[in-house]
Amino acid sequence: MAEFSVAAKEIRKAFNRRVIFEHISFELSRSESLSITGRNGSGKSTLAKILCGVLTPTAGSVSMTFENSIIKSEQRRAHIGFVAPYLQLYDEFTGSENLLFATRIRGLRRHETEVDDLLKRVGLFNCRDDRVGTYSSGMKQRLKYAFALLHKPALLVLDEPMSNLDESGIQVINGVIEEQKQIGIVVVATNDAEEAKMCRHNLDLNDAKRPLPSAFS
Amino acid sequence: MSEKTFSALRSTAAVLKKEFASELRTRYAVNALIMFVVTTLSIILFAFGGENVSSEVLAGLLWIVIFFSAMSGLSRTFVSEEERGTTMTLQLLARPSSVYFGKLGFNVVLILSLSLLIVVLYFIFISNFVVRSYDIFVATIVLGGVGLASASTVIAAIIAKANTRGTLYPVLSFPILLPLLLAVIHATKLSMEGMPFEEAISDLQLLLSYSVVVITASYLLFDFIWKD
Repeated sequence: MAEFSVAAKEIRKAFNRRVIFEHISFELSRSESLSITGRNGSGKSTLAKILCGVLTPTAGSVSMTFENSIIKSEQRRAHIGFVAPYLQLYDEFTGSENLLFATRIRGLRRHETEVDDLLKRVGLFNCRDDRVGTYSSGMKQRLKYAFALLHKPALLVLDEPMSNLDESGIQVINGVIEEQKQIGIVVVATNDAEEAKMCRHNLDLNDAKRPLPSAFS
Repeated sequence: MSEKTFSALRSTAAVLKKEFASELRTRYAVNALIMFVVTTLSIILFAFGGENVSSEVLAGLLWIVIFFSAMSGLSRTFVSEEERGTTMTLQLLARPSSVYFGKLGFNVVLILSLSLLIVVLYFIFISNFVVRSYDIFVATIVLGGVGLASASTVIAAIIAKANTRGTLYPVLSFPILLPLLLAVIHATKLSMEGMPFEEAISDLQLLLSYSVVVITASYLLFDFIWKD
């Protein structure tokens, strides 16, 4: 996979006058992984959303480079996959339809067989024609992984990655994460110490309001 | 056409297709719109009680029904995304302009279909609703519908995240849509009186300009409206 990197520079996020975190800086390259940890309300999900571009930081910036060229912000979504418990797919469509619509909206040329292969990979092939509204929470979580991997993203951002998953689901997703760590970048936002151990680097947001710059260790 | 433009058009078409497919499955907007139209027209017919009503009043009533039907239905393209929690999904998938134009296209088709239904019911149930200049009438319905959809779409995007969106939507829409409403009511009246097309040119020009201005402004501002 071509060289890809993501850099966060002096990110600060505040909602009205409440500062969630500040002085967040880090840089990640291909094959690197980062866990974001911290107590409830420390801003783990907020930072994950900022990395994905669905939330704008109050100050600071996130930049991404691909083959040494800076990726414009409007083009970043092609390189980012995101999974989170609060991400919703369309209940009125089937699992297969959700993925096919996603391929078309992204402008990808994916055949139905490729979508089926992805559904097999996350263990949802047998219920691909059932509406997502009938899925259990664990099945929806698996579908979100298929949705996030559809466009083969260089950066995979996971918020509570094993949320709602059973034992077999956890094994499947561990495989997905390990594969992504080889070919791209993985960022995991989590409360779970075991999930945090999946990543080489750690950023603890508990101390992220200090005036001194902080970086992952 | 560059690859980037072609890709944007494909993405817009995919969003539009998603809107139609979702509406066919859920009937989220259509059911409410049809019920509103039937109820409002029934009330109008009861209120008339067989009396002959002037063309000014009929023109105004026609656009009252279309306007309030639009208020009850056109906001749902964005409100439904917020209510179902799929706004972030769409933000991850598509560029803001594709989302805006896809949803605008859906609202245009919805309002034109709604207008056609209302006009047909008017012709069937209101005997003195007579159109003498069909060219003016059709142009007014089409341009008025596009203008209504263009303003309603961007206002829906603005209020979708608000708690009091039910109240905010018509309150914000009315002052923005007032120039359009005055023009369409006047042009409709001219069509019922059988005026030549040239008499309605200024109204039709205003309607066309309105749509161009609103769509252009919406396209430029939509990035800021759509993102948190």
